[in-house]
Amino acid sequence: MEKVLMKGNEAMAEAALRSGCRFYSGYPITPQTEILEYLSWRLDEVGGTFVQAESELSGINMLLGASAAGARVLTSSSGPGFSLKQEGISYLVAADLPAVIIDVMRIGTGLGDIMQGQGDYLQLTKGGGHGDYHTIVLAPNSVQENSDMMDLAFDLAEKYRHPVLIASDAAIGQIAEAVELKEFREHDRDKYEWSIKGCKKGDEQRKIQNTYYTMPSYPEYLKAKYAGMESNEQRWESYRVEDAEVIAVAYGISSRVSKEAVDIAREKGLKAGLIRPVTLWPFPVKAFAGLKSVKAFISVEVNILGQMADDVRLATQCKYPVGSYGTFYDIPDPDVLVEKIEAFYEKEREK
Amino acid sequence: MIEMVCAGFGGQGILTSGLILAEAGMKLGKNVSWYPSYGSEMRGGTANCTVKFSEREIASPYARQIDILFSLNEPSIDKFEARLKPGGLLLTNSSIVPAGRKYRDDVRVIKVPVAEIAASYDNPRGANIVMMGTLAANSGLFDADALARMIDEYFSKKGKQNPKNALCFRAGADIH
Repeated sequence: MEKVLMKGNEAMAEAALRSGCRFYSGYPITPQTEILEYLSWRLDEVGGTFVQAESELSGINMLLGASAAGARVLTSSSGPGFSLKQEGISYLVAADLPAVIIDVMRIGTGLGDIMQGQGDYLQLTKGGGHGDYHTIVLAPNSVQENSDMMDLAFDLAEKYRHPVLIASDAAIGQIAEAVELKEFREHDRDKYEWSIKGCKKGDEQRKIQNTYYTMPSYPEYLKAKYAGMESNEQRWESYRVEDAEVIAVAYGISSRVSKEAVDIAREKGLKAGLIRPVTLWPFPVKAFAGLKSVKAFISVEVNILGQMADDVRLATQCKYPVGSYGTFYDIPDPDVLVEKIEAFYEKEREK
Repeated sequence: MIEMVCAGFGGQGILTSGLILAEAGMKLGKNVSWYPSYGSEMRGGTANCTVKFSEREIASPYARQIDILFSLNEPSIDKFEARLKPGGLLLTNSSIVPAGRKYRDDVRVIKVPVAEIAASYDNPRGANIVMMGTLAANSGLFDADALARMIDEYFSKKGKQNPKNALCFRAGADIH
C-alpha cells in the first residue's frame, strides 16, 4: 500500500477502525484530541458510532457497555483525563471485557502540562485503579507502529478478554511521518460466546458481571491469567547488546533518541546498547537474560523520577547499577545520553 | 539530513507549509518528520514546526542545527536565527521585517516581499506559497515544477483549489 503522511494520533485512529473498531467514546484533552477529531467524522463514514461523552467517566463506561455487546471498542485520553478512566478500567478487568485504551502521555502531576512526557509509566504498569490487576501495555515508537500495533492490541484484548493499554506519548502523537496503513479487517461482534446478544422470552438470561461473583476458583483463575500474559506476551527490541557494557533502557520516543545515542557512542568506541521494551507490562524480563558483558543500565524517560528504573532493577535482580536520565518537558537529547555513557567509563577508569 | 524550521504568526499557513514540504520530501523517497509546536505558544499567536528530511531513520523530531529557516515574521528570526548552521539558508518576509534589520553574516539571507507578491495576484492568503516558491528555487531540495504540482494537489484534496496559488509560487521561485 502507498505510504501517506499522517500525524501519530490520526494514524492510531485510522488503524483502529481498520482493525474493526466501530465504537469510540471519549472526551477531548491535549495532546490526544486529534484522535477524537478524526474519528468524529471517520467512524461515521464506516458505519460506526462516535460519542463525545460528557466526561471521561461516562466515556469509559459507555465503552464497557459496547464491549459487553461484543463490539471492538476504543477510547483515549491523557494526563488527568486518563486518571479519570481508572475506575472504569478496573471494572472492565473485573468483568473480563476486552477494550483498547490509548494514553497519549503528557508531562507532570496534577494538571501537569500538555508538553512531551512519559509521565504515566507507574500508573499504566502497576494497575492504576483499585483492586488486583495489571493490563497489557504496548508502547509504539513511531507513527508506523501507532498503526501496526492496533491489530495486536485488539487481538490481545480478545485473546485474554482484558483491556489493553497503548502507551503512546505526546511526541509520537503529534509528529507526522510516513505510514503504510493496513488492510481493513472485519469484526463480527457476535463471534464470541460470552458477549451479550439480547434474548427473547424464554431464552436463558445472561449478564456480564464481575467474574469474582461467578468464578468458583477465582484466585487460581486470576493468577493463571496473569501468568499466561507474563510468559507469552513479553515483547522487546534489543539493539547492539551482544557485547554492550552500558545498556540504555527506553521505550516510545525515548527509545528513538537512545538508539541514535548508542550509534554515536559506538562511533566513539564505547560499548553501548539498547533494550527497548515494546510491552511495558508484562515487562520484558527475558530481554535481560544472557547479557554477558553488561556492567550498568541507564533508564531513559521523559519524567523526573525515572519511573521505569525499578523494573530494570527487578529484571536484573539488582545485580547491576541502574542509572536514570529523565527529562522534563523535552525529549531526551542523544548527546546528553552519550555524555552519561562516557561518564560511566570515566568512573570505571578511576576505580 | 536536512533540518528545517518553518515559523511565523498563527494564520500565515506555517504548519500547512511544513506539512506540504514534508509530504513532498516523502514523495521523493526520503524519511521525513513534521513536528508542530502544539503548545500554548500557538494560542499566543506564533506558530512553528520542524521538518526533517533524511536518508536514514529519524530519531528526535527536534532540529539539532537548522539548515533552513522558513520565516514569515520577525519574532521567528529573533528566536531561530542563532541556531542556523553556518552557510544555512534564511528566508525572510521583507513585507513586514524592517529593511534595516541586521543578520548574521555567515548565513544566506533571501528577503521576499511575500505579502506584496501575493496581493499582486489578488491572493492575500498565498504569502506562504510565495515563500515555498523561493524555497524550491534556492534550497536544492525540490524540483520547482514538481513542488508546484504537489501544492495544487494538496489543496485540491481539501476542495480548496486555487489557480492563483501557482502564480504566487512562480513569482516566489523567481527570487534568488
